[in-house]
Amino acid sequence: MSTALLLARQRARNDGEFSALVDCIPYSRYLGVELSLHDGAPLSRLPFRPDLIGNRALPAIHGGVTAAFMENAALLHLLLTGDEERVPRSIDFSIDYLLPGRDTECYARCEVTREGLRVAHCMVRCWQRSPEQPIALARAHFLLSASE
Amino acid sequence: MPIPAEFETFARRFSEVVPYSNACEMKITAAGRGHVEMELPYRDEWLGDLERGVIHTGVITSLVDSASGAAVLASFPQYEPVATIDLRMDYLRPALKGYTVICRAECYRLTRSIAFTRATVWQTDPERPVALSQGVFMRSSRTPAART
Repeated sequence: MSTALLLARQRARNDGEFSALVDCIPYSRYLGVELSLHDGAPLSRLPFRPDLIGNRALPAIHGGVTAAFMENAALLHLLLTGDEERVPRSIDFSIDYLLPGRDTECYARCEVTREGLRVAHCMVRCWQRSPEQPIALARAHFLLSASE
Repeated sequence: MPIPAEFETFARRFSEVVPYSNACEMKITAAGRGHVEMELPYRDEWLGDLERGVIHTGVITSLVDSASGAAVLASFPQYEPVATIDLRMDYLRPALKGYTVICRAECYRLTRSIAFTRATVWQTDPERPVALSQGVFMRSSRTPAART
């Protein structure tokens, strides 16, 4: 069991201090993800920076960055809202791109559609201007640590 | 063997013109008509699970998106822009700390509007892949002369 993870979750839940939880996942720190609670639900934010660009001409955020950000949003959601003692393991991930990700910040919200004993099914929505205009939708399965 | 002369410029230019791939130091190490091999050197920043020493699956996805896009570009006689429509990932086993991640992607069907890709990801042994993927890309320019 990871003490750092449990402490970070405690700080997030009790003090509304989310950065320690983000830092438990080094790649989410690399991306520069910011986590918060919005209307009681976890919300991931990805501030824009030039080295996240995939297509300079548009310019558009790299599709792989959007995917990674969304998958990470699901992980953070499960860590913050569940009782996971370790980072859940990704089983699969499927993303549909709907609009180009422009050179501005992105948001992602995860909905746990079903949480079984071993596997969680998550839907993730990513948007820039408005949640009603998603730039991508994704679904993912995770193996929960409690099952190990 | 890996990069025939006609693909040398393509391979070199790819990471130069894609800022995210450049920042991650992704490199095309082999290429041919409709396929590429792309490597991502290991960094501690890529970790998703510190305790287990496992690379974040989002990192794998972003490499696969880059390599699959490059495989599509490598199937064109001349450059045209493409956009990812969807990407699906199966994470077969964890990608381990300390090792380079390698992706081989191929564009196995190209129509006038759409390109279909598949990709395999491994670290030390191609026979023990860490991920398999399928993707679909849209050709952004309309080229009536395009091969089908």
